[in-house]
Amino acid sequence: MPTLITSLSGWGRYPVQSCELERPERYADLRPDADSVIARGQGRSYGDAALNENGRVLLTERVNRLLEFDAEKGILRAEAGATLAEILDVIAPKGWFLPVTPGTKFVSLGGCVAADVHGKNHHHEGSFGDHVLGIDLILADGSRVTCTPDDNAELFWATVGGMGLTGIIGEVTFKLIPIQSAHMMVRHHAADNLEQLFQHLQNPAIDDRYTVAWMDSLATGKKLGRGIAMCGHHAAAEELPVDIGHAFSTRQKRSRSVPFDLPGWALNPVSIGAFNSFYYQLEEKKQQPFLTGYDPYFYPLDAVGHWNRLYGKRGFVQYQCVVSEPSAFDGIKALLQELSGSRRPSFLAVLKRFGAQGRGLLSFPMAGYTLALDLPIRDDGLFVLLDKLDEIVLQHGGRVYLAKDARLSADSFRAMYPRYAEWLRIKNAVDPQNRFSSSLSRRLGIGGNAT
Amino acid sequence: MSEAVLILGATSAIARATAAAFAARGNALYLASRDEEELRRIAADLRLRYGVEVHYGLFDAEATDTHEAFLKSVVTAMPNLSGMVLAFSYLGDQQAARDFSVGVKVIASNFTGAASILSHCANYFEPLQRGFIIGISSVAGDRGRQSNYVYGAAKGALSLYLQGLRNRLYASGVRVITIKPGFVDTAMTYGLPGLFLVASPQAIGERIVATLSKSADVVYLPWFWRYIMLIIKHIPEPIFKRMKL
Ligand SMILES: Cc1cc2nc3c(=O)[nH]c(=O)nc-3n(C[C@H](O)[C@H](O)[C@H](O)COP(=O)(O)OP(=O)(O)OC[C@H]3O[C@@H](n4cnc5c(N)ncnc54)[C@H](O)[C@@H]3O)c2cc1C
Ligand SMILES: NC(=O)c1ccc[n+]([C@@H]2O[C@H](COP(=O)([O-])OP(=O)(O)OC[C@H]3O[C@@H](n4cnc5c(N)ncnc54)[C@H](OP(=O)(O)O)[C@@H]3O)[C@@H](O)[C@H]2O)c1
Repeated sequence: MPTLITSLSGWGRYPVQSCELERPERYADLRPDADSVIARGQGRSYGDAALNENGRVLLTERVNRLLEFDAEKGILRAEAGATLAEILDVIAPKGWFLPVTPGTKFVSLGGCVAADVHGKNHHHEGSFGDHVLGIDLILADGSRVTCTPDDNAELFWATVGGMGLTGIIGEVTFKLIPIQSAHMMVRHHAADNLEQLFQHLQNPAIDDRYTVAWMDSLATGKKLGRGIAMCGHHAAAEELPVDIGHAFSTRQKRSRSVPFDLPGWALNPVSIGAFNSFYYQLEEKKQQPFLTGYDPYFYPLDAVGHWNRLYGKRGFVQYQCVVSEPSAFDGIKALLQELSGSRRPSFLAVLKRFGAQGRGLLSFPMAGYTLALDLPIRDDGLFVLLDKLDEIVLQHGGRVYLAKDARLSADSFRAMYPRYAEWLRIKNAVDPQNRFSSSLSRRLGIGGNAT
Repeated sequence: MSEAVLILGATSAIARATAAAFAARGNALYLASRDEEELRRIAADLRLRYGVEVHYGLFDAEATDTHEAFLKSVVTAMPNLSGMVLAFSYLGDQQAARDFSVGVKVIASNFTGAASILSHCANYFEPLQRGFIIGISSVAGDRGRQSNYVYGAAKGALSLYLQGLRNRLYASGVRVITIKPGFVDTAMTYGLPGLFLVASPQAIGERIVATLSKSADVVYLPWFWRYIMLIIKHIPEPIFKRMKL
């Protein structure tokens, strides 16, 4: 199979590394044909999870066929390279939706399983892996094996959240949820400070199927953690106005693209602060329930292609962590204080509540609260700050999300993922040569202790 | 029942995109190549995405003695066949020029095999007085270059064949369209050095289907290749033979 050596990065555009790409177009060509191989879907992980410096990266984008759709039971089987966007185009008009979706639809099914992605409904419905009925996995020796929660269950739960390190996911069969319209019924609840925001997120009268909070990351002092809880559900037929037209079509806006890198200084405390105040006041006004399409609700950032260029040439890091339930409030507060003390502006700060930890051995979610921050790389001081955040996360029994990570240390990884030893036993049984490895796995010392 | 289109070499990325563009218009499809597992997957995908009827069957361009029976089985499955796209090709490598046992495969798939199935299709459509034949040739067939002249010669021969066929079928109202793509981002070109102005298979597939609503006979895709090739064709041979192309 011909290969192409090129420099490659994740969505955060840091780090940039030289990798040897191959791009199979046939299912039978999904094979590990090198000593070190990692699968890559849409490259929407932020750091180095889908990179393999000086090693092989297998692009799945052309192996993206939708294979079987049971319109009665709402079960879809598709090749792992298919994107959520392609899937939605087919299922939403037929009255079905994804059981769990991340904040962009330009991700592959394989990436959703490998990172065991979560959505705004984790506190009710768990992560993507909880809805997967089976996968077809291509192993280090090239053989194919079907894994389900019942058959090869150990390998299944090592692969869900396993960051591509157990094999190449070829096909995914998963359960959809029924919807009565393509519209969302949404309501916003403003909070003046972190305490109130936490109360909103815990209040069953406010909470909805999908709940997420946006925070003003630059607010300090008494306003620390001020934000807006955004709650929504798929609009039921009786919630739609009669003049809405077809329940399953929403007007599609043409997306725009950022054509070039913004200079590094464009996003600074002043510009971000101005934006945040503006946004807070704008969204605060929407306290009455309103209808919107699923695209603007779930995928607001997808409306601007290549928005990662806004952060300039050096790229950015998305820091996403979870702190566990009992001391979650103190943990989030400490993280925000550390951040605002550093005067490093985060363009985006999102807070979500998580439900119980799932069965994926390296999966990220656990009962608690998750915070996501986008931090442009100006200088190496950022990495010092992030190490401090890691310490706070560890003190509060939490962990950092590998799909977003570019800089965690191997020691912190082990402390944060206590089920790693169990995962490693399964990994070594199916991949004793550690053929499936990535820049992330080498950085964090994942795998490779076979002998 | 909607009009059906036969796609030969349906597992190629350009063919997949062309099939999708036909399916998006509501056409039924018959997909053919030598790889049954892939055909099954592509057929399932097109049915699911576009809700059209899709059949598939095995076809080997080099096995010319099977072509007549093959076309019969296509027409039996889809009596309303309205056109066909010839997309199969074997590019070979540098060896094709030095080693004729490789070169002969390049010629057998790109020209001899193509001429065989085209003659059967022409004989089928001619008496019906309708239908279209889209042949995917290549800009590589416009002038011989040291880097791939066996492939270029076969494609050049295919272009000539299509030209003659167009002339023959004009009277019976069967359209013959020659497509000459420049570089397209497919398995054929992935990782090759020296590519420029590379088009996506989707863009090419959509343009191929769009040519049916225009009157063009020979279509360069994207359009600017017509002018690039115009220049290349007009370089005087005494100069051209010295160039590293
Ligand atoms: C704007 C934006 C919003 C996001 N929001 C969320 C969110 O709300 N929740 C959330 O959980 N995540 C979120 N993410 C992260 C994203 O969902 C995950 O990183 C996801 O894994 C990306 O899928 P991908 O196809 O791009 O995978 P890639 O980035 O290409 O790969 C990610 C990992 O999956 C592995 N992988 C990919 N395909 C396969 C395969 N076929 N077989 C085996 N392994 C494979 C790779 O090896 C790698 O380890 C967001 C990302 C962006 C850019
Ligand atoms: N890519 C470019 O830059 C480019 C440029 C100019 C012209 N073209 C032309 O565009 C067309 C499609 O190209 P592509 O790049 O998409 O090609 P590709 O990916 O290499 O696919 C070629 C297809 O031809 C089929 N094929 C090969 N030998 C065959 C045989 N003996 N019998 C039946 N089928 C056979 C193969 O199918 P199976 O293996 O499944 O049988 C394969 O799917 C070709 O005619 C090519 O010459 C391409």
